[in-house]
Amino acid sequence: MSRLLLILLVIVFYALHQDIWFWRTITPIGFGVLPAGLLYHVVYTFAISLLVWLLVRVAWPGHLEDDEAGPEGRR
Amino acid sequence: MIPLLIVAGYLVTVIYIGIFAFRRRTRAAGGAEEFFLAGRSIGSFVFVLSLFGTNMTAFSILGSSGHAFTNGIVTFGLMASSSALIIPLSLLFLGTRIWALGRRYGFMTPVQMFRDRWECGHIGTVIFVVQAALLVPYIIIGVMGGGTTLRAISGGLVPFWLGGGVVALVVMSYVFFGGMRGTALVNTFQTLLFLAFGVVALSVIGAGMGGFSSAISSMIDTPAQAVLLTRERVSPWFFFSYTFIPLSSIAFPHIGIFCLTARKLSHFKQTVILYPLCMIAIWLPCVFLGVVANRATDVPAIKTKIEARQTLATQGATLTASERDELRRAASGDDVMLRLVEHYAPFWLAGLLGACVMAAVMASDSQILALSTMFTEDVFAYYEGKARFGENVQVQTGRLFVVLLTIVAYLIALRVPQSIFDLASQFAFAGYAALSPLLIAALFWRGSTKWGALAVTLWAGLAVAGIAIVQSIVPPPPGPPIVLWAPGGVEVFARGAGGLTVLGFLPVVPMTVVSVLLMWAVSSMTRKPAPETLARYFPASVPTRG
Repeated sequence: MSRLLLILLVIVFYALHQDIWFWRTITPIGFGVLPAGLLYHVVYTFAISLLVWLLVRVAWPGHLEDDEAGPEGRR
Repeated sequence: MIPLLIVAGYLVTVIYIGIFAFRRRTRAAGGAEEFFLAGRSIGSFVFVLSLFGTNMTAFSILGSSGHAFTNGIVTFGLMASSSALIIPLSLLFLGTRIWALGRRYGFMTPVQMFRDRWECGHIGTVIFVVQAALLVPYIIIGVMGGGTTLRAISGGLVPFWLGGGVVALVVMSYVFFGGMRGTALVNTFQTLLFLAFGVVALSVIGAGMGGFSSAISSMIDTPAQAVLLTRERVSPWFFFSYTFIPLSSIAFPHIGIFCLTARKLSHFKQTVILYPLCMIAIWLPCVFLGVVANRATDVPAIKTKIEARQTLATQGATLTASERDELRRAASGDDVMLRLVEHYAPFWLAGLLGACVMAAVMASDSQILALSTMFTEDVFAYYEGKARFGENVQVQTGRLFVVLLTIVAYLIALRVPQSIFDLASQFAFAGYAALSPLLIAALFWRGSTKWGALAVTLWAGLAVAGIAIVQSIVPPPPGPPIVLWAPGGVEVFARGAGGLTVLGFLPVVPMTVVSVLLMWAVSSMTRKPAPETLARYFPASVPTRG
């Protein structure tokens, strides 16, 4: 997956946090207790976990693992 | 009395964990790196839970439920879901690089990295001073939370000053003896406890209130409370502002330093994926219970709070400032979670839940240890103390610093009446968010310079001081926000009940934006570090000095 696509995906997630469409709405009530605005953000947070899982799969900074061996020089 | 005994048992347990870590550390005999970083050998299980727990403080349980009690469901979106996005991303892209540089060059604090990266000495000391000044309020939150918790659990038997003192003493003890290993183990234990807290609290309080569906239905039918099930009480700009606050997490020294403790880089993988799920597990119950507490009028203490809030709303404009302050204190929801537990849970369970709350409020241990690490590495060792007196004296100095810092934080906590949530968000979080461009520039921008770093640091410190001064001079208004400055009809500065706003945003937004601009502008005009230094941080290419 290209870097640009991943950056766009992160930007989309950032924008989705600002859900003005549920600002003054109580319904639908999720599971009989969660107002729409709260339900949205719970689902959104679950989706973030999937986003991060994807980023770990395709954008993990594996080159940094070279440093596991130890320090090159202590300061 | 039973809840108090259970909480006392919990406090003894964490002290024991600290002493266990002390024995293990003594056997490891690793000097400063062992005491301050647990020998860079924290395993994945402890790393995941401890890192999450380090970010959870009194604010997460007491502050969030109190804020939700007053402001409604908006609390979850303001702090939980925004943090669930920003914090894992910052750990993934910044935390892993901090870990790698720590391994490669032996850094133990962010300031050590800044000094090396930007070839500076005293500017690093300025960064240390500003970071330390901003971290102290965060430590105070823990002491205040401890005082509030023990007072509520004991039904007023343990006064605030004694509760805060006991918590401060316990935290100081296991940090003093156990260092980072003790702190990480205690944080792991605490995180397990408060992950369980949500499920238990929801089921027990839900049963006590006769189910949540009826509470929500009643709130919908009551216009004054229905608004709490929407986000009408905050503007979209205010809501947007809160996405800047989690930038503070990775800039907090205790988080940066904790990133250095992982044995392997792969420990970050589980951490970043599980982080959003842990946020739901903690924040959803706290926010939800804070909201439905508005229907718990059979709890006398909560009924008093609601009445005080109504009086403030209807008669606030006709009251004196001191009368309004008194009503604000009476309406404060910081202890609303504890009041629910106290009323609806059986004694033994109230004690257990009280211990869970204590677990969250005692997360200030990491900040205390971080400040101690910073002082001994960035000041004591840097100014030749380590070379002159040796590593053993360095560790003892760190311990002495822990004691002094805890005492100072305790004394301040006794004198600061402001609510936990406001204190945290207005000072420490905004300040560190404004410092986050330092870290990003150091790790990703070759063109950044020490002068850019100095400009950002001074700006963050002065901006926080400015906000504190304005808010102390202009008291919160009883009604709509007061416009402080509106050139040409544009409302630039306004003072509302929740604090100062700039063009409708929280101050954290302009503070962070100005930090970015300062780093760019000042760095563009000043001399870059030597090519050899840049080559160590950006090995792909060796730029010429620009």
